[in-house]
Amino acid sequence: MNTAVDIAGVVLKNPVMTASGTFGSGMEFSDMVDLNRLGAVVTKGVANVPWEGNPTPRVTEVASGMLNAIGLQNPGVDVFMERDLPFLEKYDTKVIVNVCGHTVEEYTETVMKLNDSSADMYEINVSCPNVKQGALAFGQDPKILEETVRAVKDAAKKPVIIKLSPNVTSISDMAAAAEAGGADAISLINTLIGMKIDINRRSFVLANKTGGLSGPAVKPVAVRMVYDAAHAVKIPVIGMGGIASAEDALEFILAGARAVSVGTMNFSEPLTTIKVIEGIEAYMERYGVEDVNELVGAVG
Amino acid sequence: MQGEKCIWSVGIGMKKKISAEIAEKRELAPDICSMVLKTELAEDAHPGQFIGVYPGDGSRLLMRPISICDADREKGIIRIVFRAGGNGTKDIASFSEGDRIDILGILGNGYDTAAAAAKKVILLGGGIGIPPMLYAAKELKKAGADCVAVLGYADNKLFLKDDFAAVCETLTATMDGSAGVKGNVLDAVRAHGVEGDIIYSCGPMPMLRAVKQYAAEKKMECFISLEERMACGVGACLGCVVKTKEKDHHTHVNNTRICVEGPVFAAESVNI
Repeated sequence: MNTAVDIAGVVLKNPVMTASGTFGSGMEFSDMVDLNRLGAVVTKGVANVPWEGNPTPRVTEVASGMLNAIGLQNPGVDVFMERDLPFLEKYDTKVIVNVCGHTVEEYTETVMKLNDSSADMYEINVSCPNVKQGALAFGQDPKILEETVRAVKDAAKKPVIIKLSPNVTSISDMAAAAEAGGADAISLINTLIGMKIDINRRSFVLANKTGGLSGPAVKPVAVRMVYDAAHAVKIPVIGMGGIASAEDALEFILAGARAVSVGTMNFSEPLTTIKVIEGIEAYMERYGVEDVNELVGAVG
Repeated sequence: MQGEKCIWSVGIGMKKKISAEIAEKRELAPDICSMVLKTELAEDAHPGQFIGVYPGDGSRLLMRPISICDADREKGIIRIVFRAGGNGTKDIASFSEGDRIDILGILGNGYDTAAAAAKKVILLGGGIGIPPMLYAAKELKKAGADCVAVLGYADNKLFLKDDFAAVCETLTATMDGSAGVKGNVLDAVRAHGVEGDIIYSCGPMPMLRAVKQYAAEKKMECFISLEERMACGVGACLGCVVKTKEKDHHTHVNNTRICVEGPVFAAESVNI
């Protein structure tokens, strides 16, 4: 039985990874999760310099999901390379470094610093809804997205995954723009912009007013968008959005995702990734599937 | 904060999510729920630390951070006392004795009770910040410290007061004046002329701000326990941060994680 998948020349032992921002650098969960089991660890976004992020409250729960407005707080790429990458090198898993920025130059500066590191791939966050200047703007206009991708690709010596925003009119157009700019793969969905109001205080629950919705509540939207995106491009698609079980992950794979990420459910059940990996294997056994790649996009 | 305060290293045990049996459940006052949990996590439990408790309803994804009110390492039990205020904590309070609930722990740093051994400690607890002070009082007494507890309540529903009185001198304040000194914990401290070397405090933010200022005026050491909305509890999501005076050693910005570097902080190290 083969569970390995190839994303732009990088072979993951299985299609299950962590979603950026929900798993730190892996270190925070390493007491509870054997990182060697994971197809890849996708790290929390890093920028060229440290970012303070948003004021608190930054997180709140909603029905079958949560809103977050962390604002991409991160220690900067230099600390990340000194502290977090060496930690991850000890494990037999692929490392995908999520990169954030306010400007094209900030993305390329970070990518160039990481070019000679042990990172296997980059995931470029052009879709964070919680950072005022830039970020999401790159991910909402197909022309700007294509130019941004091209600039990052010119700077990058490793494969580039572009993480797409669901907060757009046509996800197919955005996927096609990323591919046209030279992206090696796309990942989706980032969070959906939401809001929660405290009726007793008559104010916003989050200090940022709005936050990104994630968790099982978003899954049907995410599956649909992965399906649309997979039909718009030839490059690999990485699917995510509310995955809580192997069944959820398989929906994404059948819709066209070559790999999947577990995000919010890491908070609810730290062993979700492991359960998803084991569940996919059990499914393959049950249906006599020799190679997980046979399932990719098998529906539609 | 780098290298000076917050260097104690209690509770470095492995974190895990496990199921625990509710050995005992009582309502101490309206909406104030006490639960005794049978769990191996008790072995690593220190005063000031907390556990994450998951609601039973699976559509509520996130654990609720609840402070450890008491623990017995030998018996393997942890006691939590919490307010069933929101829907998540109401859900948790609806469990019965004998039920099993999922918990994540042990989380956070805790109070450095050993360092306070030869000192006089003033414990200031306000509202639902009272419970963690009980375990602190017990461990401080064991370590040989002299302590006095000053507890602030809304009214005369003086939950846990007798538990404290069995351990140390216990004074109370009530906002409505129905018991003890009328006013807050600092009003009671002043009224009774309470003096000491160190303050340990947990309570609502306005109280902690006042306590921080009081300690600064009196030039007393002061440690406060903070609360914030959390998602992961293990330092990954950066949801629960507090502004710091100095650059934080982990985040490299003036923000530190309450769930890992806290919830207990030297009062002067955080901007609250």
